[in-house]
Amino acid sequence: MELHHSKHHQTYVTNLNRALESHHAAILANDIAAQIALQPVIKFNGGGHINHALFWQNLAPESDEGAKPDAAPSLVAEITKRWGSVDKFKENFSSALLGIQGSGWGWLVKEEGEGAGALRIITTQNQDPVFSGEVPIIGVDMWEHAYYLQYLNGKASYVENIWNVINWKTAEQRFLAGRADVLKGLEL
Amino acid sequence: MSSTLLRTVPALRGAIRVSGATKPAAALASTSFVRGKATLPDLSYDYGALEPHISGKIMELHHKKHHQTYVTGLNGALTTIAEAESKGDFTKAASVAPLLNFHGGGHLNHSLFWENLAPASRDGGGEPDGALKKAINEDFGSFDAFRKQMNTSLAGIQGSGWAWLVKDNQSGTLGLVTRANQDPVTGQYSPLLGIDAWEHAYYLQYENRKAEYFEAIWNVINWKTVASRFEKA
Repeated sequence: MELHHSKHHQTYVTNLNRALESHHAAILANDIAAQIALQPVIKFNGGGHINHALFWQNLAPESDEGAKPDAAPSLVAEITKRWGSVDKFKENFSSALLGIQGSGWGWLVKEEGEGAGALRIITTQNQDPVFSGEVPIIGVDMWEHAYYLQYLNGKASYVENIWNVINWKTAEQRFLAGRADVLKGLEL
Repeated sequence: MSSTLLRTVPALRGAIRVSGATKPAAALASTSFVRGKATLPDLSYDYGALEPHISGKIMELHHKKHHQTYVTGLNGALTTIAEAESKGDFTKAASVAPLLNFHGGGHLNHSLFWENLAPASRDGGGEPDGALKKAINEDFGSFDAFRKQMNTSLAGIQGSGWAWLVKDNQSGTLGLVTRANQDPVTGQYSPLLGIDAWEHAYYLQYENRKAEYFEAIWNVINWKTVASRFEKA
């Protein structure tokens, strides 16, 4: 947790700030080519910042009341409608996480706009953020740096154990909110 | 290239050949599976032999666990393809393509990687000589410039992947390419030297300081292997 937060997340923040500064300068200089060249750097580091910020918020100590599905009555009702039970949902989410090739994230998301409210499990590559039109509810980091020091190559155990520290209270709030509210407070 | 890798070739061919479906289904599935079974290659040095540049613990996990998982995954994908092929279910066979690419690439990449490393006390480190040295000087300016460019490529990988020194089969010149995840170097390029930039390749020793790993690994590059690949490519 310490390395992940104070080193990895910090690196994304530092590199995002640097890229945004360069981008700002490129706008002032009306340098379109430089602006385009910065897009992948902004996406990667900006995504890294947003993803990790959301991740910390959707984790909680196992002893917290919020770390149990009971803390998310409306979300659990919707999950049960969609997957049959919380256990079935966890099974599906876990297998999506273990199917990621390389670095990436798994997310429970809620559709906005057309089909609003529908829950889906999605995976994203590297630090790609959850796309617009979807509200991120629970995110799980599947980069090796998220588990390697403790679980080594045993990522299935990491996935199994992370369910003990999911913050269902936060998940419930995100489920009831819109995308803008969920992403609020993630400004640099 | 090791015989282990070559042994996988008939199965790959068998897997993508769709005209062989006239054979009895079970026989086809079992022969192409047995004949083409990929196996974990042995290393020509001990796990601890690359220390202090790459720890023995990393090497052991990387070879015995990670590489083995790709070997197992590749054999599983080949079996699924052979079975689907024998039933004429080509949609199913095609759906395995991402797994074949990932695990097949993982097996190939790691097999090449082990061979282009060597203990610093043996063939590891230093600089290439002869024709390879000349080609590097011509195409990169100098060995130092090449090393710098390779490290920049490695540092620029977003997520998991590899950087490779390659020979362009059309122009005959050297170049650098990166590949995401376990995508193998194929087609226009011949892989000469690969460096694994997945976090599992360095995290236990270097944690988030991956630039230190990219510096250290030059002490254990086997230029003899790279030169022999260059001559054969």
